Amino acid sequence: MGFALFILLLLVAIGLLILTQAWPAMQEFGLSFLWTSSWNPVEGRESFGVLPIIYGTLVSAAIALLIAVPLGLGTALFLSENFIPLKIRTVLVFMVELLAAIPSVVYGLWGIFVLIPALRWFFDLFGIFFTGPSMLAASLVLSIMILPIITAISRDSLAALPPELRQGSYGLGATRWGTIFRVLVPAAISGIVGGVMLALGRAMGETMAVTMLIGNANTISLSLLDPSNTIASLLANQFAEARGIQVAALMYAAFVLVILTLIVNILADWIVRKLQAKY
Amino acid sequence: MVDTMPMTGTATDVVLRAKDCDMYYGSLKAVRDVSIDIPKNKITAFIGPSGCGKSTVLRCFNRLNDLIESFRLKGQMTYHGQDLYASDVDPVEVRRRIGILFQKPNPFPKSIYDNIAYGPRISGFKGDMDELVETSLRRAVLWDEVKDKLPESGFSLSGGQQQRLCIARTIAVQPEVLLMDEPCSALDPISTLKIEELMKELVQNYTIIIVTHNMEQATRVADYTGFYNAQVVEGAGGKVGYLAEFGETQKIFNDPTLEETKDYVTGRFG
Amino acid sequence: MTTISGVPGDSSDTFDIQSLKAKRSRSRNLFNIIMTGLSGLSILIALVPLVLVLFYVFINGVNRLDLDLFTQLPPPPGSAGGGIANAIVGTLIVVAIAAAISVPIGVLCAIWLSEFGGGDTSIDEYVRFGVNILAGVPSIIAGVFIYGIMVRPGRPGYSALAGGVALAVLMLPTIVRTADEALKIVPQEIRWAALAVGASNYQTILKVVLPAAIPSILTGVTLAIARAAGETAPLIFTALFSPFRFNGVTNPIATLSVLVYNFATLPFQPQQELAWAASLVLVLMVLLTSIIARVVTRQKTY
Repeated sequence: MGFALFILLLLVAIGLLILTQAWPAMQEFGLSFLWTSSWNPVEGRESFGVLPIIYGTLVSAAIALLIAVPLGLGTALFLSENFIPLKIRTVLVFMVELLAAIPSVVYGLWGIFVLIPALRWFFDLFGIFFTGPSMLAASLVLSIMILPIITAISRDSLAALPPELRQGSYGLGATRWGTIFRVLVPAAISGIVGGVMLALGRAMGETMAVTMLIGNANTISLSLLDPSNTIASLLANQFAEARGIQVAALMYAAFVLVILTLIVNILADWIVRKLQAKY
Repeated sequence: MVDTMPMTGTATDVVLRAKDCDMYYGSLKAVRDVSIDIPKNKITAFIGPSGCGKSTVLRCFNRLNDLIESFRLKGQMTYHGQDLYASDVDPVEVRRRIGILFQKPNPFPKSIYDNIAYGPRISGFKGDMDELVETSLRRAVLWDEVKDKLPESGFSLSGGQQQRLCIARTIAVQPEVLLMDEPCSALDPISTLKIEELMKELVQNYTIIIVTHNMEQATRVADYTGFYNAQVVEGAGGKVGYLAEFGETQKIFNDPTLEETKDYVTGRFG
Repeated sequence: MTTISGVPGDSSDTFDIQSLKAKRSRSRNLFNIIMTGLSGLSILIALVPLVLVLFYVFINGVNRLDLDLFTQLPPPPGSAGGGIANAIVGTLIVVAIAAAISVPIGVLCAIWLSEFGGGDTSIDEYVRFGVNILAGVPSIIAGVFIYGIMVRPGRPGYSALAGGVALAVLMLPTIVRTADEALKIVPQEIRWAALAVGASNYQTILKVVLPAAIPSILTGVTLAIARAAGETAPLIFTALFSPFRFNGVTNPIATLSVLVYNFATLPFQPQQELAWAASLVLVLMVLLTSIIARVVTRQKTY
């Protein structure tokens, strides 16, 4: 009994600790923390607001999804149909899983020394100045990192569909892609959406690769080529050296991140459960 | 027994014809030497013990076995004289002409209406969809039961109703032939009788082939019956199915030519 | 029974035999070919980064893959030579601490879920839901949590232990999930058989069910350890970093992943080379454990 409740207690403990540690900052800055833009830890002149950082968190995650959802879904469909022999498919499935196994910090290193120079070269062709660390670089690497989640969960929910559905559709004279778009994907949609939500939660909380590539600038810029910041990379950058009210402000930011990912993950859990109830 | 001559009923028109067909899963020969003529606007039943290839033959008629990677057909199958497996034949077009119904009712997770409208929509049907849905449901004798709940999920129906929904769904694409793979084995006796009555109604417009384990069902509905049997293959460790005898249902059940048929229909084995 | 005449379907006498030909449906086939091509293209695009990352990690890391790498300490910033011995040892120690905490708790939790939970399905549901939520907690939050408990001013401070506990928080949901699934796969008949010959509930679980599930549990644990070894975010302000050799679990400790992070952003080439070499070691560790775990799972008992 005790051990199972341990998980729930742990969750409560995480929430409570962050909340109590954030409390001084919550009293000091209130909700205006969420929509002000200055982040000044200099003693005596402290002011903290996370609007640009929330913006960066949401926009980088959204761009990553925009890239990863079509690619991930296409990959899942390709791997759940019999386009190629089963043995090759098994290898490809394993390779897609490997994408998720590569440590985040290695993606960051690769991003700094391979992806950013490549992007710089590319933009040079059009005479566009590209600084390097930017929203674009971070989002691209994020999309690589969340693609395996979308693929794995979409593939699982497609594979969980009863084979009679496919046969029924073919039996009525549907083509392969007619069957996929009109029967299989609609039937598996809650699992697919649940997977996308999980990927969104993962993208919002992803830290290392983003920290190394986003440039950590607390400003809102509409250009994807400009540096930005996310809550997770703010925490990664500042925690080790933070003192006093800055720690509380960081805890406040961490609390915002927890709430954001919690909402997304609860939604994902709920959506996936709906699928299981149907079959 | 080996008989390579097509076994023909006395009917006039032949819709489907199999000639010297062998069927393989990978290197395993599952069915051998099937030659049969399926007469138009009649119900033909396939009976026989489990694993004798009845369903395999049935699914060959609308190329549904194409979905199984390892499946291979040797021999010729024709539909109104045209080779079903010719390279320029589109299996999708074949399946629109030759519909199929499965053992387990398999409605799509869509509304009752959309279940019926699915087939016509993918075939590019341009007419009055509401009318077609109603007509199809009426033909499947389901209309009165579902006319007030067309937007509800197909899963909200009982097993027997689901199977009739699947029949309605199949006839909505206006096929000429209905293949039925043990359509009643998952249903209760009352639903089964309803489906049987429906089949007798439908056969005026359609050619029906039904695979069944239920011999009484064959005698109740079928005009013609094919008895499939299986024999053990020496050394290969498997069984290969074959069409043992085919003829009018009356004859198969009352005066079969072969001893094995007689043993089976009188319940001595299988 | 209702029969309707004059509806579609009656016209089979005038049936057009040519319509079976494929040529009538060229646009449909074109659509299918395009879609197949697009989905095949998406898997190709998805795998390009994998190949590129592995390729660059290998060619940039392999020239420092010598004996020094595994035996020497990192040189001062700007100097060449040296190795990452302390980080390799550190990663092993931190991961070992994490495993020592999370594996027993996780497996016991899974046993409770799959063996005793049946009595009260609502608590069962809550716990499984909790496991899913915990799995979705960003890894940096695990670091923030342990920082608040063990590191912040007034607490013991940065230590290998704090790093290990933070990783344990991350590993826990993975271990509960895989162990839960491994126990569920053990056929119910095995439990009944053991109970039928007079074994108690605990004996059945300890002597019959758990041994049967152990291969799959081990796979899950191995994968969780492999993932934890690559984690950086929970370590940067719990375990911190150390340029020295291992000096007890209550002191800051070097790990491979934090070393990559720290050295990647230094403007000195020798440090960047070490970052690539450490990445290679890390990737090899993660890949090898993933592959081994997968090969082991193939030999299932049930």
